[in-house]
Amino acid sequence: MTSAERGARLRRWFRTVGFLVRKEFLQVFRDRVMLFEMIAIPIIQLLILSNAATFEVHDSRVHVVDESRTAESRGLVRRIGASRYFTVVSSDPSMAKAERDLATGRASVIVRIPRRFADRIESGRTAPVQLVLDAVDGATAGVVRSYLGAIVERHGAELEAEAGPAPGTRGAVAGPAAPLAVRSRGLFNPTLDYKDFIVPGILVLLVTLIGTLITSMNIAREKEIGTLEQLNVTPLRKSEFVAGKLVPFWIIALAELSVGLVIARLAFALPVRGNLLLLFGAAGLYMVVALGVGLWISTVVETQQQAMFLTFFVMMLYVFMSGFMTPIESMPGWARALTELNPVRHFLLIMRGILLKGAGFADLWRPLAVLAVMGVTVLSLALRQYSKTTG
Amino acid sequence: MTALRGFIVKEVRHILRDRQTLALLLLLPLVLVILFGFAIRTDIRSIRVAFVDSSPSAASLSLENRFQGTPTFHAVATVASTRALDPLFRRSAIDEAVVLPADFARSLGEGAGRVQVLADATDPNIGSIMTAYAEAVIQSWAAEWIASEAAGPGVLVSVRTAPNVVPETRLRFNPTLASEDLFVPGLIALVLTIVSAVMTSITLTREKERGTMETLLVSPLRPWQILVGKVAPYLVLGFVNLVTALAAARIIFTVPVRGSVTLLLAEGLLFLLVCTGLGVFISTRTDSQRAAMLASMAGLLLPTTVLSGMIFPISSMPAWLRPITYVIPARWFITIARGILLKGVGLGVLWPDTLVLALMAALLLGASTRLFKVRLA
Amino acid sequence: MSAAIEARGLTRRFGDFTAVDAISFRVERGEVFGFLGANGAGKTTAIRMLTGLLSPSAGEAWVAGHDVYGETEAIRRSIGYMSQRFSLYEDLRVRENIRLYGGIYGLPDRTIHRRGERLLSDLGLEHAADELVASIPLGWRQKLAFSVASLHEPEILFLDEPTGGVDPITRRQFWEMIYRAADGGTTVFVTTHYMDEAEYCDRISIMVDGRIGAMGTPRELREAYGVPSIDELFLRLVRPDPAPAPGVAS
Repeated sequence: MTSAERGARLRRWFRTVGFLVRKEFLQVFRDRVMLFEMIAIPIIQLLILSNAATFEVHDSRVHVVDESRTAESRGLVRRIGASRYFTVVSSDPSMAKAERDLATGRASVIVRIPRRFADRIESGRTAPVQLVLDAVDGATAGVVRSYLGAIVERHGAELEAEAGPAPGTRGAVAGPAAPLAVRSRGLFNPTLDYKDFIVPGILVLLVTLIGTLITSMNIAREKEIGTLEQLNVTPLRKSEFVAGKLVPFWIIALAELSVGLVIARLAFALPVRGNLLLLFGAAGLYMVVALGVGLWISTVVETQQQAMFLTFFVMMLYVFMSGFMTPIESMPGWARALTELNPVRHFLLIMRGILLKGAGFADLWRPLAVLAVMGVTVLSLALRQYSKTTG
Repeated sequence: MTALRGFIVKEVRHILRDRQTLALLLLLPLVLVILFGFAIRTDIRSIRVAFVDSSPSAASLSLENRFQGTPTFHAVATVASTRALDPLFRRSAIDEAVVLPADFARSLGEGAGRVQVLADATDPNIGSIMTAYAEAVIQSWAAEWIASEAAGPGVLVSVRTAPNVVPETRLRFNPTLASEDLFVPGLIALVLTIVSAVMTSITLTREKERGTMETLLVSPLRPWQILVGKVAPYLVLGFVNLVTALAAARIIFTVPVRGSVTLLLAEGLLFLLVCTGLGVFISTRTDSQRAAMLASMAGLLLPTTVLSGMIFPISSMPAWLRPITYVIPARWFITIARGILLKGVGLGVLWPDTLVLALMAALLLGASTRLFKVRLA
Repeated sequence: MSAAIEARGLTRRFGDFTAVDAISFRVERGEVFGFLGANGAGKTTAIRMLTGLLSPSAGEAWVAGHDVYGETEAIRRSIGYMSQRFSLYEDLRVRENIRLYGGIYGLPDRTIHRRGERLLSDLGLEHAADELVASIPLGWRQKLAFSVASLHEPEILFLDEPTGGVDPITRRQFWEMIYRAADGGTTVFVTTHYMDEAEYCDRISIMVDGRIGAMGTPRELREAYGVPSIDELFLRLVRPDPAPAPGVAS
């Protein structure tokens, strides 16, 4: 083939793809309900869900059972009530009543100060304070335990300081309260704002969800209606067909992501510490993978219903095995290995890296390379799977 | 009534004929529950830590060994300067770093030791837990190190640095804070919500797309009978899913069942009614399978995950947002399921949640039947 | 010059079921060839094999001189196809459909425009050019689908039940369009289950249970079987009560 022929062929390829892209855009923009859903769902969810996704503990409901009724115990109760994390909702002295409150959810923690609390402190023995937590909400229970534990211990330390060192209880070896000064700092998120962490994840998942759904149902729908057969008897090339399906939704998905980023920046002051160009380059690559998966699903199935099932399965993997909310490091080995196949995991690493950590290409080349390999794989799969002739 | 029975039989036959889809419908929810039940852990099990140790000493090596000896921390690197940490953090190769000053050994001997802990707080929750873990390891090491130094070289003395007031914690309903016990009921609720809503909305919009809905409408069946005929089989399927998923939770994940199983199944049926009602409602507002699917999947997946309390505690959400969680059916079912399974409570406690679900079912099915009729007229 | 379509022992099986059972025939260039049969007789399966949508299980066939096994792309460039199911995009306007298919067949913009306008005026659809396809009546939609399928002026047109569900007047107009295409030198391969339409064809074949029961010109067949109409012949083929009459071809 001469270079002139090759050039002509390439021009023809682009022209044909252009016709197909135009057709998809016309169809998308003509379906008002779909268009509304595609725009409204991500924006509304981004704004609402970003506020909801947090493990922060505030106003945890405490039921105090003060059996000691001394100055010491009342001091502890006051201290708990003064904390912004806790609200004392009841101080009924009956432990049975307290347990019932816990079961009905009226209280989420019981603080029980035993009868001999003050005596034990005075005599220099350890004075236990019982904390009974509703652990049905595991995340909260863990945090409440450590906060409440800290308050109790601090109260003990102050009581001790007031009383002076109790005789014979502690050896000289213990030395100062803390033998070593530890200063801790949380990097990349100094205000410990959960939104900085969760907003990129929600945004990526929303755009991925919409993109995968519309691509996975697209070809399945043409199969159901019968228009695909019409396309299959034309001399349309497979690569033209796949490009014609991919390009329009790629553009739409990137546009949605950009709008989402702007909203996140304005509404949640999402930091942008790295290079935006790199971010969009990575997003472009990632979208090829995500939509490629949708197209592949669409070529495998016969009906939109089947497409929906496969998409649902894939989306669940995306949501729960990407490190979006739950740490990948905590998963068992086989599950961690599985997440390597999850494009969302790699793109989230890139997104959070660029936005929150100011990471550059040198830091992120590995996930970028993984995404590139995935893109090539999934597009070849879709190309192979899509056949104009049934066997 | 005979017409209705005939219609339901026809619909059931139709579902049974498509074996592939049926198998998918029965297996998919189960597979998801088992897969994620095993895979998802909300606690922190592994922290990759790096040390900055510019002048290694017996003390610094001992501290590093102590970290390595814990089940949670994995030392992945020891570098000479904090500058070398930046790329490691940016690449997410480490989660946390312990910075030991050059005069660490000497200052420690003088009782003025300083250590800095740096944690990747991109996830602030995990970030603060990681710093707390590291601080605890360092403090307990320091106490022992200082004591053994005082006792003479080579002798390690164990010390108890207990304060005089100690909290004794008991975790009710889930003493081990087992992730499965908390997560699996939520997961079941999520999967059932999506599958039921999507299946019903799709089956109804497909009839519209193919024009077969009109054929049904001219039949002697009344609109509500058409709805019942279309929805009842999927309600039964959903119930089978619920039972298998609960069996998996009990047998595979040994989630306790402290309350009444009958009550749980009855509540589950009510919940499924709400979800299918949601599907019917969506189908009355959309004309194509695509639009119905977008609404029922994109519209429900993340809101149910985030707002139902299955992962993020509702008590942690800002006050203005909490009322929004009320519209999420799974929120109520999760409270009910956790209540029955983990707390062993009954209707006496759970009646408000049950009432809300019942109202939702009535509202959705009522509105759908009415909208369905309007469209026909 | 080779035949427009030639099939030898063409067969398609789906599991145990043989939808098309070793059919052989030849369609000359410029012919209007009627492919008749009851619903489920195997007409659509045969047409799908000839258009390269379905791989044959056995046998051979050539379309426009190209092999249906290895040269499906060459076949696709030579044919136009109007499927039984409606094949235009209902959510696109009439003119947008014309542009899309013209573009896919690689016609230059000017040609698309010129042929598109002529097509619209031939159909009397100028006023509806900017309507959504979904909003125009079924009869017009079918005629439009036919015109779009022949927009690239293919050598051979495959029409699968083009007149299904349309009124008698539209059917008549449809056949006028088919003749016009044939006059221009296009070979037309048309399936139908309306036996009266057989009389409009140059030659017909009647399929019964996956086989060709009879083949020839309508007149030849009527005379050979001694029946007044093809309809009568068809009924006889489907319910062969008496001893079968000698076939003209089989």
